[in-house]
Amino acid sequence: MRSLATIGLSVLLAVTAGCERKRNQTGGGGGSGESGSGGAGGGVPDNRPVMIGHFASMTGSEATFGQSTDRGIRLAIAERNAAIDAGTLKGRKIDLTTEDDAGKPQEAGTAVTKLITRTKVVAILGEVASGLSMAGGQVAQQYGVPMISPSSTNPAVTQIGDMIFRVCFLDEFQGKVVAKFAVEELKAKKVAILFDQGQPYSKGLADFFEKALKAAGGEVATRQAYDTNNPDVGAQLASIKDANPDAVFLPGYYTQAANIARQARKLGITVPFLGGDGWDSAKLEEIGGDAVQGSFFSNHYSPEEETPAVQNFVAKYKAKHGAAPDALAALGYDAANLLFAAIDRSPSLSGKDLAATIAATKGFAGVTGEITINGDRDASKSAVVVKIDHGKRPAVKRYPAE
Amino acid sequence: MTARPTPGLVGAVVRSAYPILIGFALAYVMQTVVAVSIGDYYSKIFIDVGIAIVLGVSLGIVNGYAGQFSLGHAGFMAVGGYTAAAIVYYGSIKLFGTKAIYGGSLGPGELLLCAGCIAGGVMAALTGWLVGLPSLRLRGDYLAIVTLGFGEIIRVLIKQTDDVVLSQKQVEAADWWTLLDNLGGGFGFIGGPRYIDARNPFWVWLFVVIVCLVAYRLKYSNRGRQLLAVRENEIAAEAMGIRTTKAKVSAFMTSAFFAGIGGGLYAHELGNSLRPADLGFQKSIDIVIIVVLGGMGSISGAVIAAIAVTILPEVFRSFSEYRMIAYALALIIVMILRPQGLLGLKELWEVDWRAIGRGLVTAPGRFARWLPGLPGRLRSALREAIDRRQEDRS
Amino acid sequence: MTKFVQVFFQTLTLGSLYALIALGYTLVYGILRFINFAHSDVVTFGAWIAFTIAGVLGWAGTGSPVFAMPIVMIAAMAASAALGFTIERLAYRPLRKAPRLNVLITAIGVSLFLQNTGQLQAVFGKDPVKMPRLLSEEPLFRLAGVQVPLVDVALVLLAVALVIVLQWLVYRSKLGQAMRAVSWNDQIASLMGVPVDRVISITFVIGSALAAAGGVLYGLKYGQLNQTADALWVLLGLKAFVAAVVGGIGNVRGAVVGALLIATIEMFGAAYLSPQLADLYVFGVLILMLLLRPAGLLGSDTVEKV
Repeated sequence: MRSLATIGLSVLLAVTAGCERKRNQTGGGGGSGESGSGGAGGGVPDNRPVMIGHFASMTGSEATFGQSTDRGIRLAIAERNAAIDAGTLKGRKIDLTTEDDAGKPQEAGTAVTKLITRTKVVAILGEVASGLSMAGGQVAQQYGVPMISPSSTNPAVTQIGDMIFRVCFLDEFQGKVVAKFAVEELKAKKVAILFDQGQPYSKGLADFFEKALKAAGGEVATRQAYDTNNPDVGAQLASIKDANPDAVFLPGYYTQAANIARQARKLGITVPFLGGDGWDSAKLEEIGGDAVQGSFFSNHYSPEEETPAVQNFVAKYKAKHGAAPDALAALGYDAANLLFAAIDRSPSLSGKDLAATIAATKGFAGVTGEITINGDRDASKSAVVVKIDHGKRPAVKRYPAE
Repeated sequence: MTARPTPGLVGAVVRSAYPILIGFALAYVMQTVVAVSIGDYYSKIFIDVGIAIVLGVSLGIVNGYAGQFSLGHAGFMAVGGYTAAAIVYYGSIKLFGTKAIYGGSLGPGELLLCAGCIAGGVMAALTGWLVGLPSLRLRGDYLAIVTLGFGEIIRVLIKQTDDVVLSQKQVEAADWWTLLDNLGGGFGFIGGPRYIDARNPFWVWLFVVIVCLVAYRLKYSNRGRQLLAVRENEIAAEAMGIRTTKAKVSAFMTSAFFAGIGGGLYAHELGNSLRPADLGFQKSIDIVIIVVLGGMGSISGAVIAAIAVTILPEVFRSFSEYRMIAYALALIIVMILRPQGLLGLKELWEVDWRAIGRGLVTAPGRFARWLPGLPGRLRSALREAIDRRQEDRS
Repeated sequence: MTKFVQVFFQTLTLGSLYALIALGYTLVYGILRFINFAHSDVVTFGAWIAFTIAGVLGWAGTGSPVFAMPIVMIAAMAASAALGFTIERLAYRPLRKAPRLNVLITAIGVSLFLQNTGQLQAVFGKDPVKMPRLLSEEPLFRLAGVQVPLVDVALVLLAVALVIVLQWLVYRSKLGQAMRAVSWNDQIASLMGVPVDRVISITFVIGSALAAAGGVLYGLKYGQLNQTADALWVLLGLKAFVAAVVGGIGNVRGAVVGALLIATIEMFGAAYLSPQLADLYVFGVLILMLLLRPAGLLGSDTVEKV
C-alpha cells in the first residue's frame, strides 16, 4: 500500500513539475537560466536581466502590507530599467518575481525555496512581518542568497546570519526617539501607553518606549493593551482617561491608530497622540480625520522634505497609484534601490560577494534617509518626528543615527 | 476478517515494533533517494505534505471514526509545538551548550527532537483528556464549539507569555520552571534549531508512517469498531454495552497525541515560524478540510487530501489572488457532489475501481442521453411550479 | 464613576451589535441545526455594500442629508438579503439531506469564497477604507461626565427595534409559526402543508438583512472598514455566535440576552480585570455554560430521540 501511495505522490509530482516547466517557457524566457554564482563579473557582457525575488503577503489578512511594499519595489525597478533604456546607466536590467505567502510562515519558507531553487534569483527582498521574515530568512541563509527585509523591525531577524539585512531602523531606536521627543519637546511628564498585545511590532515598540521614557525622566501613567481583532478599546480608554496623562503613545499600524484616536476623542481625551512609523499612511488622516490632527509620530522621512529623492518618489508613486505612498512602499523602494546599487558594485552576483557588497553600504541616499549598514547588518539611519497637520507632514525634529 | 488467536507478549512486542521499522525504512528512502532526486523545492513541499498528513490522519481518528467534530485541532498542535520547541531549544542549550543543530543524522540533537515531539504529543494528549472528559458528554456540534473555544483560549494564553530567552548565558543560569513562561508571546517561538529541512525530512516521514499505521490498526480493531458504532448511533452503541464516553475520550486523546507530534514537527521545520497567530481557528479548519475531502474515516483518503490541499495552492501560486477563491469553490462543489468525501469510509485499495472505470467509460453516453431531455424537463418543472403557485393563491 | 458609566455605555452598544449578528446565527441554527460559518462574511459584505452605495450616491463627506442613513441601510440590507438567499439556494439547499458536517464544511467554503472574492481589487480591494459619516458624531447628551454620541444611541435603538420586529415575526405571525414548525420537525411541517424550502429561504433572508444592519452600524460606529479577509471580522462573528450559544441557540430572546452578557463580560473584564484576557473570558464563559447548562440560558433541554 505504501508503494501505491508513493507512486501516487510521484505522479502528482510529475504533473506539477510539468506545469512548472511549461510556464517558464511561455513566460518570456528570461528567468530560467540565471545562475546564482555565475557571472556578470566574468568579462563577457551579459545582457540578460538579473532575477530578484520578492516574497510577500499578497493575499490574506496582511495583504495591504505586501501590496504596498511590492508597489514600492516595482516602482524602483521600472525607474532603473527605464534609465538603462535611456542609456544613462550601465548595468543589467532587473526582473522581479513576486511570490505570495498568504501571510503564513510555512508558505513563506516554500516561496523563498522556490525563488532560490526554481526561479534562481540572486537576491531576495521581503517581508514586513518579522515572523515571516524569520521563516524566509532561514531558508535564504541556508542557501547563501542575500535577503533584505524592507521593514521587519525585530532584532532577531538579522541575527539569523550573514545573508540577512534590513533597511529600516530598529524599534529600540524609534522608541528612544519618541520618548525623548515627548519629554524634551512636548514637556510631557506622564504618558499613557496603549499597545496591541498580539502585534509583536506594537508590543516591542511599547516596551522600548517605556524603558526610554523612564530613562529620560518621564513616567508611565498607565499601560494598557488591546487586540487587533477587537476594535472596541472603550474600556482601555476609560482607564487612560482616569490616569489623566499628558500624552498617549499608540504604537501600532495606522488602521488601529486612527480607530483608537477617534474613539479617544469621543471619550473626551484631548491630549496629543504619539506613534511610530507604522502610522505613516495617508489612510491615517483619511480614517482618523480631526482626531489625529496635531499628533506626532517618528518616521523614516517626511514627505515634505525638499530633497529630490523624496519629491521624485512621492510624485511618481502618486502618478501611478493615485495615492500617497506609505512607509512600507518607501521602505520597499529603498530596499530595492540599495540592492541595485550593490548589484552594480558587486564583483560578481554570487551570494557571498553580493552580501559582502551590501554589508559595505555606507551613506546610501534613500527616500527614507541616509542608510549605512552596520556590523549587525541592520540599517543605521536617522529618524524624524513629524507632525500631522491637515494633509501635511512637516518634520518637527530630526534625531541622528546612534 | 478471520479471528486470530491473541498474540503472546513476544508477538505483541514484535507487532508494535514493526510500524517503527517500516517507518524507519520508508523515512530512510525518502531521505536518501526521494529528497535528493526531486530537488529542494519539491522536497520542501513534501515536508509540508507530510506534516499535513500527520495532522489530517490524526484528526480523522476523532472526526472520522468517532464522528465527533473537533474544531480545536490547531490548539493541540500548538500545545505540542510549543512543548517540543521549548524542550529542543532550552534543552539543547542546557545539554549540548549550543543553540545550533547538534550532531549529525540520528545524532543526539535529532534524538532530542524526537523526544521533544513525543513529549509534545503527551502534553497534547493530556490536554485532550482535560478538554475531552467533560465536553465529550455533549452532543456533536456543541463539542465543535467547546473545542473551538478551547483553541482560542490556548492561543490567548500563549500570547501572554514572555519573549524567548535568546542569550545562552541566561538560559544556562535559569531553571526550567522560570523558562516555562518564555515561549515568545505574540511574536512566536524563535531561535530554535531547525532539524527538519528539504534535505533532511527523515523525522516527518517516520511519524507519517507511524500515525498511518496506528490509525489503520485502530480502525480494524475492537476499539475502532466501537468508535464506528458510536459514530453511527451513540444510543444504540451504549445499549450494546459500549462505554461511549470512554471510547470517545480515548479516541480524542489519541488524536490529540498525534496532533501534538505534528505541532512538534511544524515547529522545527526550516522555513517556518511557530506563531500563535497561525495556530488558530483557520488552521483547525484547514485540517478539517483534509479529513472531510479525503473521506470521513479513510486514512488513504486523508493522505490524498493532504497531498492535494498542500500541492494545489502551490500549483496555483502564480494566480495568487484567485487561488483561494478556486480552492473555496472546489470545497463547496466536492461537498455537494460527493458528500462522503473522496473515499468515504473506504481505503484506496478497497475501492471498486472497475465500477468507477465502467462509470467513467459510460459517462459520456449517459450524459448524451440525458442532455436532449433537459429543456423538456426544465419546462415541466417550471410549469409545475407555476401551477403550485396558482394553487397557493386560490 | 465616570469610568463605570463609560464602560456601561460601551457594553450597551457592543451588546446591541452582537445581538444583531447573533440573531442570524440563532435563526439559521434553529431551523437547519447547523452553524452558518458564512454569516460573519455576510456582516462584512453588508458593511462594504453600504460603503459602496454611499460612495455611488455621493454621500462620502460629512454633509450628507438626514435621509442618507436610512436609504443606505435599507439598500445594504436588501443587497445582503439577496446574498443570503443566493448562498442558501446554491450552496446549502443541495445538501438538505446530507449529514450536518457536510453543510458545515460547505459553509466554511462559502465563507472562504466570500472573504477572498471581497479582497479582489475589482470588488472591494485590500485597503481599509473610511466609512462615510452618515450619522453625526457630536455628543447627543452627557451623563455623569460621559458624552454619548448619536451613533451609539442609534445603534441601540435600531437594534431594539429590529429585535422587537423579529420577536413579533417569529412568535406572533403566520410566517413565524411556519418557521417554528420547521424548526421543531421539518418533515411533519411539510406534511402539514408548510413550504419548508421557502421558509428556510426567508429565514436566510431575514438573518442576512439583520447581519447587514449589524455590519453597517459597525462601520458607522468605528468609522472604518477592514478588508473582507481580515481576522477581525471572523472574531466578531465568533463572539456573536458565542452570544447565541450562551443565550440558548435557536431562541430569539436568548440571543439578545447572550449578546448583552457576552458584551458585559468582555467590556467589564477588559476595563477592570485585564484587557489582554478579554477573549479568554468570552470563550471561558462559553465553555462553562456548555458544561453546566448545554442548552444555554434561555434554551430548553431537549431529550435526544432514539
